[in-house]
Amino acid sequence: MSDETLKHTPLYAAHLEAGARMVPFAGYAMPVQYKDGVLKEHLWTREHAGLFDVSHMGQARLRGVSPLSAFEEVTPGDFIGLKPGKQRYSVLLNKKGGIIDDLMAGRPDDDGLFVVVNGACKENDFKVIDAELAGQVRIDRLEDRALMALQGPKAAQVLANHAPDAAKLAFMETAALQAFGVDAIISRSGYTGEDGYEISVPGEAALRIWNTLLADERVRPIGLGARDSLRLEAGLPLYGHDLDETVSPIEAGLGFAVSKKRRDARDFPGASRIAAELGGEVTRKTVGLKVEGAPAREGAEIADAEGHVVGVITSGGFSPTLGYPIALGFVPPALAAAGTELKVIVRGRAQSAQVVATPFVPHRYVRKV
Amino acid sequence: MRFTKDHEWVSLDGDVATIGITAYAAEQLGDVVFVETPEVGKSVTAGEGLAVVESVKAASDVYAPLSGEVLEANAALAEAPETVNQAPEADGWFAKVKIADASAYEALMDRAAYDAFLETL
Repeated sequence: MSDETLKHTPLYAAHLEAGARMVPFAGYAMPVQYKDGVLKEHLWTREHAGLFDVSHMGQARLRGVSPLSAFEEVTPGDFIGLKPGKQRYSVLLNKKGGIIDDLMAGRPDDDGLFVVVNGACKENDFKVIDAELAGQVRIDRLEDRALMALQGPKAAQVLANHAPDAAKLAFMETAALQAFGVDAIISRSGYTGEDGYEISVPGEAALRIWNTLLADERVRPIGLGARDSLRLEAGLPLYGHDLDETVSPIEAGLGFAVSKKRRDARDFPGASRIAAELGGEVTRKTVGLKVEGAPAREGAEIADAEGHVVGVITSGGFSPTLGYPIALGFVPPALAAAGTELKVIVRGRAQSAQVVATPFVPHRYVRKV
Repeated sequence: MRFTKDHEWVSLDGDVATIGITAYAAEQLGDVVFVETPEVGKSVTAGEGLAVVESVKAASDVYAPLSGEVLEANAALAEAPETVNQAPEADGWFAKVKIADASAYEALMDRAAYDAFLETL
């Protein structure tokens, strides 16, 4: 796709002005880094607060007579039991139990279900939901809204100055409220492992709000490069890399997204496969790896101690927080236990790697306020 | 010092070429977190891989500007890869290579030509 056909978020001009290096991502021109660079942006977010433009993501309201129960037809989550003010992480499943996309769905108010899906997947996601739930829900896409994420240990103090009501939210709570003088939808969630918020605002107000938040010296703009290294340290999968249409939530270590009630009812797409996998019939599992030597990146082979190829890295890189390379990858369940010694093949050479628990860097979610 | 369009630099002392990446390249790469230097004794061919530099985001090849035999690799980069960012055209060198053909060195860009090349990017 040429630069001319890339879409711009409402914050495009702010990125250019801040000296961002722009790259094509999900059909948009997005900032991969600002002047500080990925390493410093990453560490700033872990120590202070980082502001991310994630307006490329797909926001929509699912409205209808009973959008919550309808949404259970395409996901394995308990949405009928989703109380107002709560948000859940879930996955859109195909008939074979493969992940079409991962997403957040919440009830910031009584107006149906507010969903946020990956930018690169959004056209297909909404097509699938529309096809599967035709007649039950209406998808109202919120393309005139921007989305930004404020993440880091200082995020709550910063946001409290602008949206006092948002400070009352705990992790995975969401509210439609007045903030920055506009109708905002704010959830306490994110993709870095840190405390923080995702903030949906009308596009025409986005630039003003972005600049208002950046006027606080604790806040710096953070690009997609650091967003990727932060989420990797947090052990969070990235669609198109760790997840795709062949991967089930059980293989991906997302069993928590398959609710107890739904497991018993087996009433979601691919339920028979997922039940079998829960019963032990699983051939690959996502594990975290601590890598010695050069970073092992996506596509690198994983071998057992004898050198037989047993799996593949799905995401990998250098961990700025830990100071060594880390990775996510698939291995057979017999080799998935923490402490298992494996090899990763980087540029033809076998390097030591050890299975470790994820998250690599502890989450710092605020579950109680 | 001489330069390539791939943003390597070479300085020549007798028949020993010291090779690194330019300040421009280091800036473009961002923070270097790992460097894979060549093994001593390895034969390298001009235009082929000599080393690999890794930033948080990606791995990038560094090409040999000249053909020859690796005499020494910069072992200090194993512990301090950030030297490539801090002093790319000095302490951040990657390898010293014994070259067979000094005329190939003269054929590379000098500083003025490299600076003019950067202006075109």
